[in-house]
This record gives sequence, structure tokens and C-alpha cells, in this order.
Amino acid sequence: MVNAASKLHNDDMIANEDEMALLEALCGGLPLAPRPYKILGARLGMGENDVLQSLESLIARGIIRRFGVVVQHRRLGYTANAMVVWDIADELVNDIGKRMGKFDFVTLCYQRPRRLPDWPYNLFCMVHGAQRETVLAQVRELADDLGISDVPNEILFSSRQFKQRGARYGNGHK
Amino acid sequence: MFSTDKKLLNDYQRDFPLVPRPYAEIGKQLGLSEGEVIDDFSRHQENKTISRIGAVVKNGTIGASTLAAMKVPQEKLVDIAKIVSSFDEVNHNYEREHSFNLWFVITAPSEARLQEVLNEIKNKTGISAINLPMVQDYHLDLGFKLSW
Repeated sequence: MVNAASKLHNDDMIANEDEMALLEALCGGLPLAPRPYKILGARLGMGENDVLQSLESLIARGIIRRFGVVVQHRRLGYTANAMVVWDIADELVNDIGKRMGKFDFVTLCYQRPRRLPDWPYNLFCMVHGAQRETVLAQVRELADDLGISDVPNEILFSSRQFKQRGARYGNGHK
Repeated sequence: MFSTDKKLLNDYQRDFPLVPRPYAEIGKQLGLSEGEVIDDFSRHQENKTISRIGAVVKNGTIGASTLAAMKVPQEKLVDIAKIVSSFDEVNHNYEREHSFNLWFVITAPSEARLQEVLNEIKNKTGISAINLPMVQDYHLDLGFKLSW
């Protein structure tokens, strides 16, 4: 699991083997019992304190971006989910992306590669709302504020959800 | 009860207590017993209003992941979606209103396995997906602010 590069550089941003095992164990969710960290630890042969310290370290190093409740937008009534994609000039995409990522109602914002000729868009953001009209108004506000109203874009609303669960990184040791 | 319930969902999306008895700690903050907090979270997990209490991991730190999209003839969509969902490495799979109408996220232990999954999906469905891995992440994930 730990590759040669991570051993050589011992990079702070790379999880070690024990931390990987902990993250994998967490993929199914924190146990809903009085001593959840102890239970997780028992599965991994780690003490409760070691689990807590590892989690603190992973959070401090930015490997865990957020630790807590993961809500399902849809089930809470936020059924309008738009992925908005833009074709932003390469020299502007970082600047615009950073500003886009700061909007309250933007829940994800990524640069991704274009796949020409089928797919000309390189900037993606996600906007969740209770209604399409709200989401569309927010997208207009976003485009106006960033001065990209005339940049080619498309708004892709999601309809059916076929599968959703947390990511699993496991390759055997669960 | 409603406002306590909202707090359970809204206030613990980050900085979840890292103490031996986190549910007791939350209970103390909200005026609930440890057992009530556990029961409430369990109910939300059963209802699928929450998918889990857990870690959102920085993209690309661990393993490999990508977003992929396919153009699927409408009458085949349900069947093709089923095939795509059957892969353990696919964790999200959605229909979107576009000629690229099926969008899915693949997470795998390695880039090699990720490519393998993409190939297997192509072989099983007869449709090749566009592969759109993240180049840069611009969003700081602070959770989702609920506005009931």
C-alpha cells in the first residue's frame, strides 16, 4: 500500500499504512455506539487513544478535509442538484476557480480536463438547492459576479440517482 | 425536537468531537442523553438522511479517483446504469439531463485498477466513457449548510 516514493519523502500529505487502514475502516461510518473510536481501534489492533491521535493528525495535515456528519442532500429536500460546467480560458481558470469555490452555495469546484471535441468544459461546480429556480438564480449570480456570463457553459441537473455511498479505497484489508 | 434534530445534522458536519465518548459530548451540548444521540443518528442513517459519520478525504491523497460520463441511449439507461453500479469501485452514479446522461465516480486503490475498471465498464456496456479526473480542487469543504 505504501509506495516507494512515500517512504523516501515521508511526505506529510501522504497517509502511512496504519492511517490508510484507519481511513478504510472509517468508510463504513463511525460506529454508533458509546465508544466508537475504541471499536474502530479494536478492528485494527489499535488503542482508542491511538485512533484519536491518528485522526487529529490526519485532520491537521489536511488529509481528512472534514470529519463529521455526511448528509444526503436529496433526502433532506435539496433535490435540485446542478453540475455547472464552463469553458474558461486556461490562463484564467485558476483565478476564477478559486473565486467560484468560495461561494456559499457552491459545494464542489474542480478543474478537469477538456475532452475535445465531445467535451469542451474545464471548470466544474456543484450547486444544491430545494428548487431549480433557486439554483438557476444562484448560477446567474455566480456568473455575473465572476464576469463570466458570456463564457460557454451548460447546467446539468441530476435526475435519477442510481447509486450513492462513501468512497472505498480498500484492496482487501477491511 | 425539530431544532435539536437540525442541530444534529447541521452542527456536526465538521469538528465532530474527538473524545472517547463523542455522542455523550454532543448530548451534553444539546441537552440529550448519549443514548438519545446514538438513537437519533441511527434513525437518520436508516432513513438515509445521513450517509455516515466519517471522514471526507482530500482528493488524490489516497488511491485514485475520477469522474466519468457516458452517452447512453435512453431506453438502455437503466440496464447500463445497473452494470456501472455493480462495480464496487463506483460510489456515485447519476443520471443527468444532457446528451452525456450517465455520470459516475470511480474510486480505486491505484490508477492501474481505475483504468481496469474503465475498460471493464466499456467491455460490459459497449460504450466508452469520457474520463475527467480532477486537475485542481478549488473548494474548501466546510460541510453543507442546511437552511430549513
